[in-house]
Amino acid sequence: MSSVEPGTSETTGTEVESAPTPLDDPYQTVLEVLRTELGAGFVASETQRGELWARVARDSWKKAAEVLRFQLGYDYFSFLSAIDWMPHTWPNPKVVEGEADEEPEPEPEPAPVAGDGWQTGVTGGDTRFQLLARVYSTTRHNGVILKCDLDDEAPQAPTWHEVYPGADWHERETWEMFGIDFAGHPNLINLYLPSGFEGHPLRKDFPLLSREVKPWPGLVDVEGFPAGYGGDDAPEEGS
Amino acid sequence: MAVTDQQRLAYIATQAADARVNVELQTEQMTLNLGPQHPATHGTLRLVARLDGEQVIQADVVCGYMHRGYEKLTEVRTYPQITTLINRIDWLSHFANEVPFILAAEQLMEVEAPPRAQYIRTMFFEMARIANVSLFIGEMGVQLGAITPVFFAFRDREYVLNLLEAATGGRFHPNYDRIGGLKDDLPRGWVAECREAMRRVRTYCDQLEDLLMGNEIFETRTRGVGVIPAEVGLTYGLSGANIRASGVDWDLRRDQPSPLVWRELDWRVWTHPDGDSFARYWVRLQEVREATKIVEQCLDGLPAGPIQAKVPRIIKVPAGEAWCCTENPLGEMGYYIVSQGGLGPFRVKIRSASFNNISIVPWLLKGVYVPDIVTILASLYFILGDIDR
Repeated sequence: MSSVEPGTSETTGTEVESAPTPLDDPYQTVLEVLRTELGAGFVASETQRGELWARVARDSWKKAAEVLRFQLGYDYFSFLSAIDWMPHTWPNPKVVEGEADEEPEPEPEPAPVAGDGWQTGVTGGDTRFQLLARVYSTTRHNGVILKCDLDDEAPQAPTWHEVYPGADWHERETWEMFGIDFAGHPNLINLYLPSGFEGHPLRKDFPLLSREVKPWPGLVDVEGFPAGYGGDDAPEEGS
Repeated sequence: MAVTDQQRLAYIATQAADARVNVELQTEQMTLNLGPQHPATHGTLRLVARLDGEQVIQADVVCGYMHRGYEKLTEVRTYPQITTLINRIDWLSHFANEVPFILAAEQLMEVEAPPRAQYIRTMFFEMARIANVSLFIGEMGVQLGAITPVFFAFRDREYVLNLLEAATGGRFHPNYDRIGGLKDDLPRGWVAECREAMRRVRTYCDQLEDLLMGNEIFETRTRGVGVIPAEVGLTYGLSGANIRASGVDWDLRRDQPSPLVWRELDWRVWTHPDGDSFARYWVRLQEVREATKIVEQCLDGLPAGPIQAKVPRIIKVPAGEAWCCTENPLGEMGYYIVSQGGLGPFRVKIRSASFNNISIVPWLLKGVYVPDIVTILASLYFILGDIDR
């Protein structure tokens, strides 16, 4: 048997109870530092269920990463992606209609800005494409979700590659899936898609070809259920 | 003293021999193509390595052979339908994939499953970990030339899979988690069998330790091979056992609040200071042991009561955004759900562990020798479905 001396640490119920993390407090310093460092580049922030969302201007996108990593100790890179806020056009226009009927807008949130009536999410958004990234601190044990609005016509952002090397692949994926350009990225080539692929599959206006070729049978997908097929608001005991 | 012909010839011969050796050492760079099918990969990953002699100068990972576009597909499915898809992301951690997605949807809906469901979820989560990681600790031997461990792995993994099948109906794709609870309760006699299976899994861990650890070949080929410093690993987004093997004491089961019951149980997070292939193997072996302890404690503390909270028959998730991640067998698995109040999500970002774990490969393989490629790839432990979502 080999002699291994591992570092171990114990988790017990008591240890956890002795250090309860109040959900809003840990972010106070983070927010202060981000605000002072980014200045006008800091657009909005919000805390929900123990997660911090911060929306920054595009020029501050890289600066935000540097501040988070080098000043605030957010050492772990979780993911980077994007959201296309354009409503679904295909395959189910009904989704959009359905939403208009119900108006499930989050009322208490700071006004979901909508360029042309589009619904956006936490911390809002002014443009069609929004970058989305999350970093985590293994010492603070909390994460920050960053958002950033991009140009509609030619979405572009500075790369995070030098700050978090792990962003390399995520940016390649975002580039091919959303068509967002990352300035300064050394190796912006297709990651998943074949090299001759045209279009950006995760954009909302990119059709899901398999559905166009063959319609989904039966009661489908995100379409509303027909009338009489169980009420939406009739709660039912499960199991 | 005059030089004889014989001596002159001998001198020329040595010179010529030296020259030939020198010529042979002037090697050209060659490109080695590993895969798309390779025994060290679970799935189809292609690795293009540029070699100088036996040393890797640059290695590029080519993935996408199995990309199924789940992020796009989730946009045209309802929430209950999506669990079927995400079961197949990392096909060995099946149930563990469902949990963070369901938790994120529950956060938005503000429902919480009853305690019994949370205990069973925790238990199945850890059983998925056993089924997944025990395959790794057997299969790592195969990469280094030891065949026996993998047979042990398949034998003892089967006990766990049988239990999962008994309760859920699915060996590999349980599709068991529901928003607000679970599909079914446990069948009769399941608890006793589960205890027996956990005992067997622990025996298996001991056997594996006997077989591999201390084995000279195993140790030489893994110790000091593929060392990942903690800071580099973190900025690449390595998580799970890969980063704990670099000495980072971080486990999402312990370090973040969760409706699941890990924090109420008594278990340990193991780390290893070395950061090499051996450390990654060792940490995973300990994690299987800890997982059996968690399952047993869940069985001990399993509360009675309902397994499903009250939810509407047709699930509609209120508008909002939620991020939820858990410590899956391969590392941090998370879902970022954007809901606009419909029957299906507006956008789902799937953060899978292997994607980040394997993105360090080009950095890590620089300068290693060809035989170590296999060891390093195997010790990082990735599932291709988890890279190509």
